[in-house]
Amino acid sequence: MKTFFAFVTKEFRHVMRDRRSLIVIIGMPIAMLLLYGFALSNEVKNSKIAILDPSKDEVTLALVQRLDASRYFDVTEYIDRPEQADEMFRQGKVRAVVVFQSGFQQALLHTNSAAVQILADASDTNTGNTVAFYISSVLRDYQNELLAQQKLPYRIQIEAQLAYNPQLKSAFNFVPGVMVLILILLCSMLTAVAIVREKETGTMELILVSPVRPWMMIVAKALPFLLIGLVNVGIILIMAYTVLGLPMRGNQFLLIAECGLFVLLALSLGLFISTRTNSQQTALFISLVGLMLPSLVFSGFMFPLENMPKPLQIISNIVPTKYFFSVLKSVMIKGLGIQYVWKETLVMIGMTLFLLTMAIRSFNIRLS
Amino acid sequence: MLRALIKKEFSQIFRNPSIVRLMLIAPVMQLILIPFAANFEVKNIHLAVLDWDHSSYSQKIVQRLGASGYFIIKEAPANTEAAQDALDHGRVDMVLEIPQRFERDLVREDEAKILLKADAVNGVKAGLAINYCGQIINQVNNEIRLDFVQFPRFNPMPMLDISTRYWYNPGFNYRHYMAPGILALLLIMVGSIMCALNIVREREIGTMEQMNVTPVKSYQFLLAKLIPFWVIGMMSLTIGLVVCYVVFGLYPLGSYLTIYLYAMVYLVAALGIGQLLASFSDTQQQVTLISFFFMMMFVLLSGLYTSIESMPDWAKYLAWANPVSHFVDVMRSVMLKGSTVTDLLPRMWNLIGFAILFNTLAVMNYRKRAS
Repeated sequence: MKTFFAFVTKEFRHVMRDRRSLIVIIGMPIAMLLLYGFALSNEVKNSKIAILDPSKDEVTLALVQRLDASRYFDVTEYIDRPEQADEMFRQGKVRAVVVFQSGFQQALLHTNSAAVQILADASDTNTGNTVAFYISSVLRDYQNELLAQQKLPYRIQIEAQLAYNPQLKSAFNFVPGVMVLILILLCSMLTAVAIVREKETGTMELILVSPVRPWMMIVAKALPFLLIGLVNVGIILIMAYTVLGLPMRGNQFLLIAECGLFVLLALSLGLFISTRTNSQQTALFISLVGLMLPSLVFSGFMFPLENMPKPLQIISNIVPTKYFFSVLKSVMIKGLGIQYVWKETLVMIGMTLFLLTMAIRSFNIRLS
Repeated sequence: MLRALIKKEFSQIFRNPSIVRLMLIAPVMQLILIPFAANFEVKNIHLAVLDWDHSSYSQKIVQRLGASGYFIIKEAPANTEAAQDALDHGRVDMVLEIPQRFERDLVREDEAKILLKADAVNGVKAGLAINYCGQIINQVNNEIRLDFVQFPRFNPMPMLDISTRYWYNPGFNYRHYMAPGILALLLIMVGSIMCALNIVREREIGTMEQMNVTPVKSYQFLLAKLIPFWVIGMMSLTIGLVVCYVVFGLYPLGSYLTIYLYAMVYLVAALGIGQLLASFSDTQQQVTLISFFFMMMFVLLSGLYTSIESMPDWAKYLAWANPVSHFVDVMRSVMLKGSTVTDLLPRMWNLIGFAILFNTLAVMNYRKRAS
């Protein structure tokens, strides 16, 4: 046991002496959480649109004014010919063009029908779709006001309730997502170099001749980073609550325990990478470039998992961020207890044990 | 001298086959897989239906929702608590509740209510789900009305005839929209981080000292580091474009030449960032940590996943200062809209500016350390 503690002390010294890295490790998550917590949203705001309005009568002017006044759009361009739309789109000047028919008001008065067409730039498919959808709802609102003058019979009223997030804040979805991403990448990167660095700088030889057992070495490497990871979790949670205005509806102890478990999982993943690679370059490349996009894409916070093709849904089951994102959402935002997240928790415990065992075992093999 | 140095770098890179494999295979794997996963479309909304009425109208509504393609009717809970439980567990995204006497109220009172409760943690998804549901119920409503009221042949009410055209990607093919952007991202991730790690490695294992005592000038040293990775980057781009064509059937509406022209400048800028990051770090771990910060910025502030327009103003400036956002836009415009160099001229000046800026800073910073 004495050897073990000596080894732990050595690792702590190693980590604490590299002040520059330490500042980066503690400071960076704060900066990132603030940056992306405020910057990311998938709402449409101030999208630029162009208008093609040959008639310029009372009704079209009122509609254009409405579009411009809504917080979704800024009317920035007026065009005269439909061909100009293509040019506007190719230069990326506007997201959509609203085309009114000529003699709009006349048509509306006399035939009770006037045509308006929305041209959306779907090369940015998501924004194009949402922008077109919002333009048509602004137009429909106008239509409904026209209709309200005549009361229709047999009305079905829809009453919609927004559970957990009545103000529809983007942050409720994005902040937990960013937390998950920061924790997994940072923690796995920290331990990914732990062992391979000793190999690369040649100090591994020294360790191999000492009485340290593989598990001692692995655990001792992980301990300082576990502490740092927990400090990060604390800071991130406090920031999310105070600065970004996220609710903490669930049990705080459960939340912290789950975060701790996830940090441990990420550290184990890093150790696993570290024992399986033979240069820092490879290890770091895997833990950054290899993990970043899959962690982001398969966590379910950007893209709905249920829309993915079946094989990818199966792949998503081995991505740890998927489980932790779901736990964070349930505990932090929905305020649910352990009985709702025990499955995810068990999967994360299982993954941690598996990765740690694999790390120790592959280390063993190299020892001989 | 430069030629000898470049030769040295090339043989150094290619002697470590695991790294070459990683640099070429990892991006290709991601390029193939991620566009399939990156689908923003809101469909397959899981629905729980609480039908207290069990009338022909309520069943008609439920049946129409199920047939719309947007909703999957997952369960029919027995009571409100069971419905809430399904929502809490995340088994369903929305609960539709049709109250008792729905049909009777509709026919006798001219008005009946339907309740929707959506899981709004992801606000945009909830909003769209409610909207789709509302549109479908409205259609059913109109049909029910026709059962009772005979409308005249001509439209008695003033109606706006709204139609929508989606240009450049009418089928909403999300893969065609994601693949060019992902390719732009992978290029900078692979290029800049490998270049940065490579330089810092020399410092960490001490061979930098040997370089410093030779008559090699700092710009020559950095140029020799840049060129091999630039060549590998262009190779990755070519492989990526082939993957786009073979896997996704995607080829540029504009010209390949435009893409290569912009990529040449973009890669110089990307590698410049890598070299600059390297000049600030002593160990490979440090440089990775710093790169991590910038990578997150490249990914999240590039307009690849969330649109830049919806960001607050300060974030828009950051996004503008991010070369990836310019190249993502170039890739998408050339691929899907057929934009030409003249259309995208401002982007070119930006990228050239970044390339000069980052590389100059890297050279200046390197000289300082060598002294």
